[in-house]
Amino acid sequence: MNLSVQIGRLVMQNPVTVASGTFGYGVEYAQLLDLNQLGAVTVKGIRLNPVRGNPTPRTAEVTSGMLNAIGLQGPGVDGFIQKYWPFLKSLPVPTIINIWGTTVEEYAEVARRFHALGGVGALELNVSCPNIKEGGAQFGTDCKLLAQVVSACRKATTLPIITKLSPNVVSIAPYAKAAEDAGSDALAVTNSYPAMAIDIETRRPKLANVSGGLTGPCIKPIAIKLVWEAFKAVKIPIIGMGGIQTAADAIEFLMAGATAVAVGTANFYEPQTALQVIAGLREFMQRKGLNEVREITGSFQPGK
Amino acid sequence: MLERTVQIVSNERSTDAYYRLVVRAPEIAPLIQPGQFAHVRIAPLKDALLRRPFSIFQVQGDTFSILYKTVGKGTEALSRMRPGDELSVIAPLGHGFTVPQPGAETPLLVAGGYGMAAMYLLAQRSPQKGIVFVGGRRRVDILCEAEFQSLGWQVRATTEDGSHGEKGLVTQPLLEEIRNPQSAIRHPKLFACGPTPMLKAVGQIAEEYKVPAELSMDEHMCCGVGVCLTCVIPIKSGDDWEYQRTCSEGPVFDAKDVAWEGVK
Repeated sequence: MNLSVQIGRLVMQNPVTVASGTFGYGVEYAQLLDLNQLGAVTVKGIRLNPVRGNPTPRTAEVTSGMLNAIGLQGPGVDGFIQKYWPFLKSLPVPTIINIWGTTVEEYAEVARRFHALGGVGALELNVSCPNIKEGGAQFGTDCKLLAQVVSACRKATTLPIITKLSPNVVSIAPYAKAAEDAGSDALAVTNSYPAMAIDIETRRPKLANVSGGLTGPCIKPIAIKLVWEAFKAVKIPIIGMGGIQTAADAIEFLMAGATAVAVGTANFYEPQTALQVIAGLREFMQRKGLNEVREITGSFQPGK
Repeated sequence: MLERTVQIVSNERSTDAYYRLVVRAPEIAPLIQPGQFAHVRIAPLKDALLRRPFSIFQVQGDTFSILYKTVGKGTEALSRMRPGDELSVIAPLGHGFTVPQPGAETPLLVAGGYGMAAMYLLAQRSPQKGIVFVGGRRRVDILCEAEFQSLGWQVRATTEDGSHGEKGLVTQPLLEEIRNPQSAIRHPKLFACGPTPMLKAVGQIAEEYKVPAELSMDEHMCCGVGVCLTCVIPIKSGDDWEYQRTCSEGPVFDAKDVAWEGVK
């Protein structure tokens, strides 16, 4: 049975990674699970300089999900390389580094820095974070800007580029196509949904940032549709994500057109989820007599 | 830290809305240090997905216990669980209190309500016996006095309505003790756990009277292991400050490191 997949030049031993921002820099979970069983480790978003992040409260639980507005707190490129890279580099599984910037030039510069570092599995361009004023979703909800970011990064590196698309668009197809045409090797679909919640006792927002991004099982059906729409629009592989808790959830994403999947919010409450998804995927393939996991990709049959 | 499915040994109401939960966790129990917490998944919650953090109260053999108050749907669901039921627990977590060396500081513990529970192991493991100052709104908010007394500690309780102990705030008898030139306490060190305004007051007292202090900080938590960056508080860093995680760098911080101007 072959579970390995390819995202551009990046080979993953199985199609299961973790969503950026839900797994820190890998090392935090090393005591709780065997990271070497993952397809790849995807780290929290990094820009050039350190980022302090938003005031608290930064997250709130909602029905079957949660809101977050962390504000991409992080150590910057140098801090990351010094503090976290030695550990990640020592892992046999590849690292996908999620990067962002407030300008096209910053994206390209961060891409150059990680290209020069050597040993990076792939770069994921975060053009879809809803919780920061500049950068993030501003680039992911404008096709022209999106193409500029992707093509600037394409010129900066030969590393596989995964463009993480925003769900907050009327139709995802033109964005998927724009990223593909600008040289992206793959897409990540999707990021969190802009959302908010109010404490009715105090009439105050549940997040200091007022609004944030909605994630967790409640977004899964929306994300499945976006993956399906993106799959029809492009030829490059898609990493599907949004509320995956079980192997069945992951298989749904694969059938909708994903080549790989990422477990996100579930890591916060059940750190074993990604490994359970891998085991369940194997079981499903056995039961269905499938030899190659990629046979599942896009195998959904919308007709009668 | 370990993630284990543990079995409930007992889950009994003590007073008012307060419960004491004991779980059998033979691998986790011996690892627990004073001031650490357990992150608990309450399966009956279904559509409320996140784990709930609880300070660890007592460790006995292969069990540990927590004291909790029913404040929301998580703790209410927990209060309905019965002996034999199972919970998923990640523990022990966080950076706890520094246990004083023999002959070094004498702890003055300052607790607000069920913050008292987080300090029991420190009292038990400290070579110097000190005083516990515990405050609450009403009599029912003052918990586990007997447990501390049986360790040979002096307990001084205060309630805001005067229904138990002295009437007033917990910081009043603490200040009297610190200002008392006849005090028997040598090299006092403050350790506090409770609501943020109380911690801030303890931090101010520590600064004013030049007494060292460790505070167990309270901030809304999500993953509990340091990845989500929900539970951050502002901590001084050079001339500036940075957000640090109460689940990982904390919950216990040195009072002089907290950048209070940024704390809500």
